[in-house]
Amino acid sequence: MSKLIRMDHTGHSLLAEWTATDEASCRAAGEAFQRELDDGYIAVVSEGEGHATQVRELPQDADLVIMRRPIAGG
Amino acid sequence: MPWRPLVDAGSLRRRGQLWTAWTVVHIVPFVGVAVGLMLLNPLAAPVAFVALAHAWLIPELYAARGANVVRPKAARARSAERRAQGLLGDLLGHDARDLQQRSGLALERGELGTWLVGEAGALLVDGRRVYCYCVRATDSALPPSDRIAHLLLALRSDEAGFATVANLAFAGAAWRVRRRLEKRAREALDVARRQSVRRAPQPSMSR
Repeated sequence: MSKLIRMDHTGHSLLAEWTATDEASCRAAGEAFQRELDDGYIAVVSEGEGHATQVRELPQDADLVIMRRPIAGG
Repeated sequence: MPWRPLVDAGSLRRRGQLWTAWTVVHIVPFVGVAVGLMLLNPLAAPVAFVALAHAWLIPELYAARGANVVRPKAARARSAERRAQGLLGDLLGHDARDLQQRSGLALERGELGTWLVGEAGALLVDGRRVYCYCVRATDSALPPSDRIAHLLLALRSDEAGFATVANLAFAGAAWRVRRRLEKRAREALDVARRQSVRRAPQPSMSR
């Protein structure tokens, strides 16, 4: 089961879960994903230690997609 | 930030050298004044001492500003932090996770050097030099570990972009920054320095 989570004030929130074979869950996850992008979040797929990729479409085969806020110089 | 040129190993080294030159420019006049006064009249020793104190103090103040970037910020809700710590732990390897729990800093090896990521800043260790970056997640309500996870993911997905967006607060000798770090963060700097020294020399970045 793949998960879409958002890092927020609660630690993180689970936004959607899907399996690549279940079209309805994929569609719901894709919609949740798009809503977060529209709200200004950035989507990242963690690919193990030291690696992460920013994505603009929900990768159906990813185990975990994390939504994060942009960063800024302090 | 289109107005900032993308950071690479060469530009980073140049900025480090500029900071060193800047430090020397601050120190040399005061040392010169101290030596000159002593040569002119040894009775001016107290004034010479004040000049030497300035020569010591100014770089120390810069280093303190650098070390401050990884100082922990105010604590947030404990339950949110526990949850965030779990996610951050999943992102880190075993050794890095242990080190983060002890020191509050997440260690990450990159192309530019070895990074230590804190809640609102990061240290980039490249040999004997440390670059202190002020950088943060834009959501101020995040628990501390989520702030670190934000910066870690941003760093992993685009290291050069991360170093470009972040503001350089200080670059200088690791020993100078180490003295100004919290005691628990010093261990992380020591580990990062050891890893940085072990890195093979990289003449240029490929990205």
